[in-house]
Amino acid sequence: MARLPVFAKVMAGTQPQYLHPDYRSSVKRAPTRPLIPLPHSLAERTGPVFGQDCVGPNDCDLTAQHTGAPLGERIAVSGRVLDESGRPVRDALIEVWQANAAGRYLHKMDQHNAPLDPNFSGCGRTLTDADGRYQFLSIKPGAYPWGNHANAWRPAHIHFSIFGVGLLSRLVTQMYFPGDPLLALDPIYNSICSEKDKQRLISSFDITTTTPEFALGYRFDIVLRGRDATPMEK
Amino acid sequence: MRRRWKSEMTHVPTPSQTVGPFFSIGLSALCREEIECGGGEGKRVIIRGRVLDGDGQPVPDAVLEIWQASEADRGDCEQGPYAPRKKIPLGFGRIGTNEFGEFQFSTRKPAPCRDETGLLHAPHLAVVLLMRGLLRHLLTRLYFAGEATNDEDVVLKLVPPERRQTLLAEPADESVSEFSWDIHLQGEQETVFFEA
Repeated sequence: MARLPVFAKVMAGTQPQYLHPDYRSSVKRAPTRPLIPLPHSLAERTGPVFGQDCVGPNDCDLTAQHTGAPLGERIAVSGRVLDESGRPVRDALIEVWQANAAGRYLHKMDQHNAPLDPNFSGCGRTLTDADGRYQFLSIKPGAYPWGNHANAWRPAHIHFSIFGVGLLSRLVTQMYFPGDPLLALDPIYNSICSEKDKQRLISSFDITTTTPEFALGYRFDIVLRGRDATPMEK
Repeated sequence: MRRRWKSEMTHVPTPSQTVGPFFSIGLSALCREEIECGGGEGKRVIIRGRVLDGDGQPVPDAVLEIWQASEADRGDCEQGPYAPRKKIPLGFGRIGTNEFGEFQFSTRKPAPCRDETGLLHAPHLAVVLLMRGLLRHLLTRLYFAGEATNDEDVVLKLVPPERRQTLLAEPADESVSEFSWDIHLQGEQETVFFEA
């Protein structure tokens, strides 16, 4: 068996609190009792290892899953998945989902009065390469209203779910777009305390991954918990 | 001689955000309610339960991810972007709750084991819980009521005795092949969640 990764404690203040009353759904769902510290055993330091076979050929191209092209601004979202020591995480499974360009999800519970796009499902999946790199081709999701408070709108975002080297690397998050005026008003985004940590969820426009005449490039790097446990004598 | 790590902690993990209400779009393909564990050891069991919020109302939009001991494995999936992936890693399961907040899955009950430091772990499943309203996922464990090793389990010992039963799945039939285990997010029966 490969050497197991090690996991440091989560640094205080770098992750959202469970209870964030501005985000209404957290009030009845956040645990009220203190979490119990858990020693890291095999169950936490290992995790499911996904293979290339779990990912289909068009899974990373959300614009090519139907007969026609989806409406909207075509984007290429790429980045690297790194561990806490800055090393690439290879074979990390990334699952993404998002609304279409009009701000509508292909989901029966989404009641927003905006059109569905018959050429867009909003579901993608990929594995990182040996350098921890990934790329999705998609369209820029639209903002949409939600019922959290009066005139509440979610900023444009793409949901990311990532499996790294162990159960404790597990991360579910959302990627936002630079310059979105809705970010300042969004209780989910603002559940993160510090400005510096918030910024880490905002992708950056990247001319180097922008394909001429085709798609705008956005970069979003992800850092997962854990690091290589190989010690070095000094 | 001082032991150093080849690479120090230089990068802060990306903040978590909620999975939201529409996760089934992205997560359904890898849902599996029948967890495969490789070898044929361990009794096949069914686990049923509900996820309940602070008002005791069922949570219809939660997803559980199960991780348990098994042989190492790589997936071998069917092609096509939306087809359910037939083979996903052994020991892994992902189960959404239905409109009544109910979930159900089957697996093989793992054996007790000692970790690398020699500490005993009674048969258990690691459970990651995600839902709208949770800005970070929750981590808990499912144990099996009546297991002889529960009293010696290194993690259960860390839990105040009056809360241990929140982690115990109770047998629901005489043959002890069906168990029930509810997850209470809040309230008197609030499930024990861990910080790891």
